[in-house]
Amino acid sequence: MAHDLGFWTLQALNALQLSMLLFLLSIGLTVIFGLMHFVNLAHGSLYALGAYFAASLAAIGGYWMGFFLAPVAVAGVGILLYSGLIKRMRKSGPMAQVLVTFGLIFALLDLTRIFWGDLALAIEVPALLDGRTAILGIEYPTYRIFIIALGLFIFGALAFVLGRTQIGAMIRAGVDNDAMAACLGINVERLFFIVFCVGCALAGLAGVVAAPLLSVTPDMGLQILIPTLIVIVIGGLGSLKGAVTGSLIYGFVQTFGAVLAPQLASVLIYALLAAVLVIKPVGLFPAKG
Amino acid sequence: MKRAILAALGLATSFALPAAAEDIKVGLLLPYSGVYAALGNDIEAGFNLAIEQFGGETEVGFEVLTEDTEVKPPVALGKAKKLILQEKVDVIAGIVSSGVLGAVRDMVHGAGVPLIVANAGNDNATGAACSPFITRMSFSSGQVNRPMGRWLFDQGVKKVFTLAPDYAGGRQMIGGFTETFTAAGGEIVGQEFTPFQKTQDFGPYLAQAKASGADAVYVFYAGGEAISFVKQYDSFGLKGALPLYGSGFLTSPLYVNAEGPAAEGVITALHYVPTIDSEANATFVEAFQELTGRMPSEFAVQGYDAGRALIEATKTGAKDRKSLANALRQVSFDGPRGETSIDPSTNNIVQPIYVYETVAGESGLTQKVLAQLPAEKDPVNGCEMAPVSN
Repeated sequence: MAHDLGFWTLQALNALQLSMLLFLLSIGLTVIFGLMHFVNLAHGSLYALGAYFAASLAAIGGYWMGFFLAPVAVAGVGILLYSGLIKRMRKSGPMAQVLVTFGLIFALLDLTRIFWGDLALAIEVPALLDGRTAILGIEYPTYRIFIIALGLFIFGALAFVLGRTQIGAMIRAGVDNDAMAACLGINVERLFFIVFCVGCALAGLAGVVAAPLLSVTPDMGLQILIPTLIVIVIGGLGSLKGAVTGSLIYGFVQTFGAVLAPQLASVLIYALLAAVLVIKPVGLFPAKG
Repeated sequence: MKRAILAALGLATSFALPAAAEDIKVGLLLPYSGVYAALGNDIEAGFNLAIEQFGGETEVGFEVLTEDTEVKPPVALGKAKKLILQEKVDVIAGIVSSGVLGAVRDMVHGAGVPLIVANAGNDNATGAACSPFITRMSFSSGQVNRPMGRWLFDQGVKKVFTLAPDYAGGRQMIGGFTETFTAAGGEIVGQEFTPFQKTQDFGPYLAQAKASGADAVYVFYAGGEAISFVKQYDSFGLKGALPLYGSGFLTSPLYVNAEGPAAEGVITALHYVPTIDSEANATFVEAFQELTGRMPSEFAVQGYDAGRALIEATKTGAKDRKSLANALRQVSFDGPRGETSIDPSTNNIVQPIYVYETVAGESGLTQKVLAQLPAEKDPVNGCEMAPVSN
């Protein structure tokens, strides 16, 4: 099939949009992982919770209420999880952590089912972002442009905080060597707590922005978990650069794979994952060289 | 304290009256958890409604047991064994997923227990893998889509792009449509199967459909995928230039309201919509709404008709497993879907197919029936079994 330039622009924007959605999810997970050496498989469930909170809040006060409050609510759930469960599990080793957070996925899945029911919910795209906008010579849904812009904004903000502020320096020190950072007077435990909450809020935010695009179903968290894990394994643990690179690779491989080799669409990304693991097992840009 | 508990237990068991000698024991094998839980609940509500409405027509009583398949084939097989060997049920009804149907097929066939399928649409179940004990009161994947090929061609649509999830059901649905559409003279200009339950973003496929030069797009998606698909199709502004057609599960009344205005104008075909204009349907819709407060979906009517079929079978005097299975193969009645009957050469249902458009109604979206396409028997498709005995 011969395609014109507009077709490829459209696909590139599609890829970018998917990448940004995955970036919002993976950045929280990867920093928690890098900083706390904590495997939080329930990260996807927090994304689903974000979407459900947004659906409920949007029914009361419209989309923007959900947009601003749902991430806060998810961060609240994060605080509960941290103080109730994760704090105790900090020293118990990766196997126990994986099992507990894996169990948590199913507990949260059934909780959302009990509270919100089995039928899929939906949020309407807000009037401001409804419709399409002309960009680069094509018409593209405004809401998708919003997701791309939001992803780039969060990336910029995180790059600034991590790279140019004191708290960013403390986080980087903690990721690099937490024992040494603690010796230098950094309250690593409190830092962990803050990072964990921000990570949860970002997962919630991803849920909110995904909700009008997809449908809100109890198993949406489970469906997004594997892509998110692939992103951080390809990108490398604990680094912003890794998360963004991994997301872009995933988004573009998935989108252009579906166009150029549809039969291989579902295998392609796993093949790439395997290749990365063989050639560079720590990922492309791990936090610790 | 202990005595009080024992007394309470005794009381509880005496309320759950032991089945009278001539009562028929029915095992409902449905998903009450997992992705299809909403479907399981709708089917059960429909089934119980049928027992309540038509139970008086037959002399026998019914004792209904429910088991959760969790949409997991191994779990469902265990539950089927429990129903057959331990509970000694006379008949099993339910089964939403075709995977689960495949898993329990040999068990019910071997044990000779009649199974009334209330959803699972795999063509093979009433094709090469058919059994005199398995009767399907729902639909087959091909059946729902086959009449649409001819109809769409007659509407002046000559070139179509198709999309469906990449699994047996998706391929059979699209296969049924493609077969009749190309036979009528239409052309399939592009066909994609998206990774099943792994595709969140349909953007790449929609751009391909747009570039394919098709007159229309024909798809099969269900559940969460259907909602995402319809919303994304609309957000790209394709609906105007490239009308969306499909199998009716795309805009099922069960979840069409989650699709919102994006679903308006989508034209699909299905074996049941709640707006069919008939007396039998009006009675059913009213009773179902009173019970649940919702419009009945196609799943509810499948449960309802499964219950109705069982009652019709018992009216012939059938009481044990063997005679019930034989009677079920000859059932026919005029229900909410219109004239429905079982074709004894495949044990699949024969029913009309309704083409409907999703339109905005007074309270949310509703279905406007555009055409009723005549009932057609499924091709035998490799099914070999003994004819019914009288």
